[in-house]
Amino acid sequence: MNIAAGVNESFAQLSNYLIYSAMAVYTLAFLAHIAEWLFGSRSKVARTSAALAASAAGAACATPAVKVTQHGGGTALLDRPQVVVRSTSDDRGATDGIGAAGTDEQGELYGRIAISLTVLAFLLHLGGVLFRALSVGRAPWGNMYEFSTAFGVVAVGTYLMLLSLGKKVRWIGLFLVGAVLLDLGLAVTVLYAASDQLVPALHSYWLWIHVSCAMISGAMFLLGALATLLYLWRDRYEIKAAAGRSSGALASMMERLPAASTLDKFAYRANAAIFPLWTFTIIAGSIWAEAAWGHYWQWDPTETWSFITWVVYACYLHARATAGWKGRKAAYISLAGFGCFLFNYFCINIFVVGMHSYAGV
Amino acid sequence: MGTTETGAKGKAGNADAGDTADAVAEAISTAPREEAEGLDGGDDTAASADGPGLGLFGWIRWFWRQLTSMRVALILLFLLSLAAIPGSLIPQESNDPVKVQDFLKNHTTLGPIYTKLGLFHVYSSVWFAAVYLLLFISLAGCIIPRSWQFIGQLRGRPPRAPRKLDRMPAYATWTTDTEPDAVLSVARRLLRKRRYRVEPGVGSVAAEKGYLREAGNLIFHVALFGMLIAFAIATLYKSDGNKVIVQGTGFTNTLTQYDDFKHGAMFDPDAMAPFGFTLNAFHATYAPSGPQKGTPREFAADITYFGGDGKNHNTTIHVNQPLQINGNNVYLTSHGYAPVVTVRDGEGNIAYQGPVPFLPLDGNLTSQGVIKVPDALGKGGTQDQLGFQGFFVPSFVPQSGSMFSQFPALGNPVMMLTAYHGDLGMDAGLPQNVYQLDTTNKKLKQFKNADGSALAQKLAVGDTMTLPDGAGSIHFDRVDQWASFEIVHQPGNELALGSAIAMLAGLAGSLFIQRRRVWVRTTRDAADRTVVELAGLGRSESRCVGEELTVLVGELHAEAPTAADTPDTPDTPDTPDTPDTPDTPDTPDASDAPDTPDEPVEDSPENGSDKERV
Repeated sequence: MNIAAGVNESFAQLSNYLIYSAMAVYTLAFLAHIAEWLFGSRSKVARTSAALAASAAGAACATPAVKVTQHGGGTALLDRPQVVVRSTSDDRGATDGIGAAGTDEQGELYGRIAISLTVLAFLLHLGGVLFRALSVGRAPWGNMYEFSTAFGVVAVGTYLMLLSLGKKVRWIGLFLVGAVLLDLGLAVTVLYAASDQLVPALHSYWLWIHVSCAMISGAMFLLGALATLLYLWRDRYEIKAAAGRSSGALASMMERLPAASTLDKFAYRANAAIFPLWTFTIIAGSIWAEAAWGHYWQWDPTETWSFITWVVYACYLHARATAGWKGRKAAYISLAGFGCFLFNYFCINIFVVGMHSYAGV
Repeated sequence: MGTTETGAKGKAGNADAGDTADAVAEAISTAPREEAEGLDGGDDTAASADGPGLGLFGWIRWFWRQLTSMRVALILLFLLSLAAIPGSLIPQESNDPVKVQDFLKNHTTLGPIYTKLGLFHVYSSVWFAAVYLLLFISLAGCIIPRSWQFIGQLRGRPPRAPRKLDRMPAYATWTTDTEPDAVLSVARRLLRKRRYRVEPGVGSVAAEKGYLREAGNLIFHVALFGMLIAFAIATLYKSDGNKVIVQGTGFTNTLTQYDDFKHGAMFDPDAMAPFGFTLNAFHATYAPSGPQKGTPREFAADITYFGGDGKNHNTTIHVNQPLQINGNNVYLTSHGYAPVVTVRDGEGNIAYQGPVPFLPLDGNLTSQGVIKVPDALGKGGTQDQLGFQGFFVPSFVPQSGSMFSQFPALGNPVMMLTAYHGDLGMDAGLPQNVYQLDTTNKKLKQFKNADGSALAQKLAVGDTMTLPDGAGSIHFDRVDQWASFEIVHQPGNELALGSAIAMLAGLAGSLFIQRRRVWVRTTRDAADRTVVELAGLGRSESRCVGEELTVLVGELHAEAPTAADTPDTPDTPDTPDTPDTPDTPDTPDASDAPDTPDEPVEDSPENGSDKERV
């Protein structure tokens, strides 16, 4: 344990510069995304709202629309039979919006610029976190500043990874970059703590495991929560459109978002996929607590709130499988779960004294 | 087919009957249905309608069905999270009794109300226990029938192909010249290779896969009970004590040695493990500069311990590395300084010599303590007990203008003491706080200076404070360190860990494994060629059914290629807009699906019904 080894000040300085640069580039990416949405609004795409209203009118008696999708296949076997996939979910037959840029070329250009800038900002951001780690020779998440910056890396990294895998997640770009900017802004102002060594209680390899898992879970919960918020918006828009009512000022934006059912699925996948990791975070924390404090569970405020978060997300998973709770109600529960996560992170860490008091604020 | 009965209690029958994909999707889940109840409380109305006639048994049954319903389970989960909140915001006896006392002092109206509500010990309160016990009962009421059902499914066979395969979520068909039996045998081989459970039928093959999903689900929920039991064992049998040890002295694990000791209801003091240890040295390092100056960087206690084998071993206890010995864990919890003093009484005898632990008040280890000398004699040999009270400052910086320590390490250690004499009140036989002097005691008089002010002196190491009127003296010999240890015996940890691992494994299984069915059917068309039909069924959320079926189709098609002169019409099934009505002639019993009368438990809480289960 490199106790005497202090802090490499030049690396720490470099890390700070990188984080600030990343913020600047994220800001540009954010603006480019806004330009993408703005230019996209003038595109003359076929309005989905009209189509939606029509399909919804017919949907009352019709069976769910069948989406004919050809899977795989390839060119080698042109005569291979098609697999017809029938959607059994209770979507409204609404199709995914065309995307932020619509069919506008300039919008599309700005969209690509936004993503390129996000990649650049991500690299700077990642560099900032790495140099922070090098400057102190330990896991770069020992206080709230470090946790927040590393958290942003995971969130943006996950998004970029999904993009590079060809998943259609560009719609979240604007909102995610905005959220990460907010996160970094809080980190460098309110939560900032200079590069330094840790108190003995944190000298454990569990710091690597427990805290990184909490961070990854949080980042995925963030993606899930953003998708849930968009789902709630888009869902309202679809309901209004189906009823033939006008959908307010943001209609042009709403119609370019994916269908509510797609957003809901994305949110569910993010939350459900990460729920076991969140469970593991709590278990790893308990094992560490047993080694450090003598009891694996003693209702420390942070422990309690991670448990509350866990229970609320468990509620969400159960609610989604229960008639009468699906859809918007379940979405509100998942937002409540993310709210618990945020409350735990900000309020409990800063204002409530417990055994997890390592905020460094 | 016999499997219809022996299978999942009519589930297979549903699959057969329900021709719409939604209806069949229900059949793939073991999870009982909830709809009627969840939507409009159908059960409630039913129950209240014949309420008066229910009788005691009826009411119990009604209550049980409510309790084990998904809706109530959800509400209980919510309540559990709500009930956990106050304990995180209000100080708790178990974590910080001092804060509870402060709270009671500062909130004279709220305090007693909180006490009545048990808000200072939320997690051992009756109402918190009520919530989680109800939740667990509800859980048991669901898990047990569901386990039986699952065993039934495991013993049963995959349900045979529904009549209208093209109504399934994924479907493909083509015409081939290969013989039907040959196609089916290839299909069986392909499905077995993909580790499906395959059930050959007449002119068709049924296959099912992903049973581990339900198994994982059940394991997860059963493991929750393991966790509950582990908690209970820990609460009942644990013991937990603290001991302050000055370097050079030791401890043996008996009840009387502890400074304070808590234990569970079933704890047996005679069964305490025999071990002990001596603190040889304590090391602490601190951040020497920077914004975090003075924050600890490393704590280590060098000890010599003996356990069951009677031999001595040397080791070091760190903050995250407790000593594990005979089922006990010894944790290093805090540390401080113990000034070593020599007190002489009025007769000139050494009345006390040794270290006195002072308790830290702040991060820089400004410490407070008392020195009690009950055996002192006054001038002339009458008993005149001496008491000293004051502060110890490890790094006193005169320029700072502060009496507080400026750094936690020993820089310039000084003690500031005032002195008392008379009766310390120790002879009454009542237990006393060793860290406090009862200065309200009338028989205890403070030494005064000639001008009448209280006698107080700053002592560096080697200094002596002489008491007025030849009452004695105190000499500051040196500074030792003390460390405080928490000795915990908590059985049930292995069960907790095992349950946690089982929970994780079960959760992963229930969230990441897809349960799915595949059917292959061959028929002959008018031209005596073979029509192959494939259908897949899984959760609606999952694209994997379509993708998997595509691969299967590809492989099967490679061995049974499309007949040369086939028009490619069968590729697209009939228009989907066909209203539901044509189903009815085929399946007169289709209406059974939503509320299967042969389904004994309609409302177990877990994982509601349909396509998209947890």
